[in-house]
Amino acid sequence: MNHRTNGILRSEELAGRLPSNERLNLGPIAVIECVENIPCNPCVDACPRGAITIDGDINGTPSVDDEKCNGCTVCLSACPGLAIFVVNAAGEGGMGSVSLPYEYRPLPARDERVDAVDREGEVICEARVTRVLDSKALDRTPIVTVELPREHVMDVRHFRRRSQAP
Amino acid sequence: MRITEHPILQFDRGRELAFEFDGRPMKGYEGETIAAALHANDVRVLRESPELHRPRGFFCAIGRCSSCLMTVNGVPNVMTCITPLRSGMHIETQRGKGTPAIGDAHSPRIRPDEQSRESDELPVVPLVIVGGGPAGLSAAAAAARFGIETVIVDENDVAGGQLIKQTHMFFGSREHHARVRGIDIGSKLIGDIEALPVRLMLGTTVLGLYQDRTLSLLAGDRHIAVRAESVVLATGASENMLAFENGDLPGVYGAGAVQTLMNVHGVTPGERVLMIGAGNIGLIVAYQLLQAGVEVAAIIDAAPEIGGYHVHAAKIRRAGVPILTSHTILKVSGDDRVTSAEIAMVDANWQPVPGSGRTLDIDTVCLAVGLTPNCELAFQSGCRQAFVPYLGGPVAVHGRDLETTVDGVFIAGDASGIEEASTAMLEGRLAGLAVAERLAADSDKTEIARLTAETREGLDALRAGPFGEKPRLGKERMFEIHRDIREAGE
Repeated sequence: MNHRTNGILRSEELAGRLPSNERLNLGPIAVIECVENIPCNPCVDACPRGAITIDGDINGTPSVDDEKCNGCTVCLSACPGLAIFVVNAAGEGGMGSVSLPYEYRPLPARDERVDAVDREGEVICEARVTRVLDSKALDRTPIVTVELPREHVMDVRHFRRRSQAP
Repeated sequence: MRITEHPILQFDRGRELAFEFDGRPMKGYEGETIAAALHANDVRVLRESPELHRPRGFFCAIGRCSSCLMTVNGVPNVMTCITPLRSGMHIETQRGKGTPAIGDAHSPRIRPDEQSRESDELPVVPLVIVGGGPAGLSAAAAAARFGIETVIVDENDVAGGQLIKQTHMFFGSREHHARVRGIDIGSKLIGDIEALPVRLMLGTTVLGLYQDRTLSLLAGDRHIAVRAESVVLATGASENMLAFENGDLPGVYGAGAVQTLMNVHGVTPGERVLMIGAGNIGLIVAYQLLQAGVEVAAIIDAAPEIGGYHVHAAKIRRAGVPILTSHTILKVSGDDRVTSAEIAMVDANWQPVPGSGRTLDIDTVCLAVGLTPNCELAFQSGCRQAFVPYLGGPVAVHGRDLETTVDGVFIAGDASGIEEASTAMLEGRLAGLAVAERLAADSDKTEIARLTAETREGLDALRAGPFGEKPRLGKERMFEIHRDIREAGE
């Protein structure tokens, strides 16, 4: 089984595309889960620091410069595939956070407790919504940040509101 | 059910309209089609099949499949999926073929246009574009920019083709409207032609394309004949059907129809959907269903791998929707609407694996099993046709400049081979530029050549990756066939 047969990226398939543990411990950074050669490049233009590049022509896959990226989240709503997340493993008290694009309504409220889920939609842990951005510039792709135990920042990619039906 | 809150769309419903369905009073809104209003009122059966009296419902929502024919104000065979709802309409379930008696007060009458009847000479239009979707609008902008008077004919009441229901952001590069939502690209393309010599004839059907590029148009009950110096056929594609037991039950809908219902009219197709097809359309529409608050039970695909982009699959997968590759649908059950579906695994020879069947409680099956190019007008006008499997069906033979084997008749977008809206826009532009090359002033030729080269480069780039392989190979084969016909002097 791989992402072509079930839609789920395994960690082996992401190898070499993820920030190092050292970098993760330094603060927020973008993680781009875009592994196929599809004709798309808005992420490159979106980054104000020039931290995202794609190899070869428009069909190349993107990579993030660990040093240039400061995890600002601007690229998240620019990705048509909603495949960019900002993870932060450097929170206080063993906590971390994940910022993700969330194109559903209603939006969660700040401090709301949600079920954080992985790439398969399985609940991993509880998370707390710490920030909800929905400005005009985001063009209807709001960015939600959830706080959760730091060991889960590389697994959590979505969340379910508890008021929602399962 | 009507959608009230949506992450991308706002449904500004028009005036409330009262109408009658089989004698029952119902309410709909101005701007809705008859079929959408009925769906919102939980009506699923629109007609009965003439021979076996099986219930028939909505299927394509683009006026192609005839599944939605109903009797409206006494007139039978009205395509309710594209006919706007009006106040006071009497809508009836159609039984039988609904042939109106000749001379019946309700039988439709078509009157010839005064101008075309009184004059021997037909009005001549430099460019007629059939279809106001991404390819047609782009062709219009490209040609009209060089002063070529253009008429776009489209049978829908709004321009934009299928872009009007694409709520997701497009891929590509900035020059190709990447990260802009399809709905907004449609508005932009319509804006692009506003200041140009382009006339949009909406609600108008092209009945035929004859010798010397004579077109027969039907606008409401008015018949118009025109001659065109050039024609661009940008007629798009139709949804494919899949054969399975009870597949004609109301509740089995094409993916495009589901998009129209929920993204144009704000009406959900059902409560729990089974999606058939894990190509980009199936994946995208499944995501849009989730955004509309509809549950998606699963996406299945008979192929061993997901056909669409992983990023589309990932969005629905993390929302908890299973994607079952190597799975097919065996049957649906229900009396006059779908209430369940039976699915099973398939082996390497695409045969169902005995004992692997299971039943899903769903009320809607959405088919995203491919599209077939709409080439009827091209074939009627005498264009040579060829079947290139990678292009999705028989298409009119065309060259790199998109001209068919009939002089002055061009074809672009999905009608010339199934691809993406982003490539359709570039193909439309190329067809418009090819028309400009024929009709524009000599002083414009350098600029036309420059834009043509630039557009071809963009198109090649979009087709360069692994997902562009099929259309790339299909188009190469098509250009070879075109060259062979040209060289044989046929």
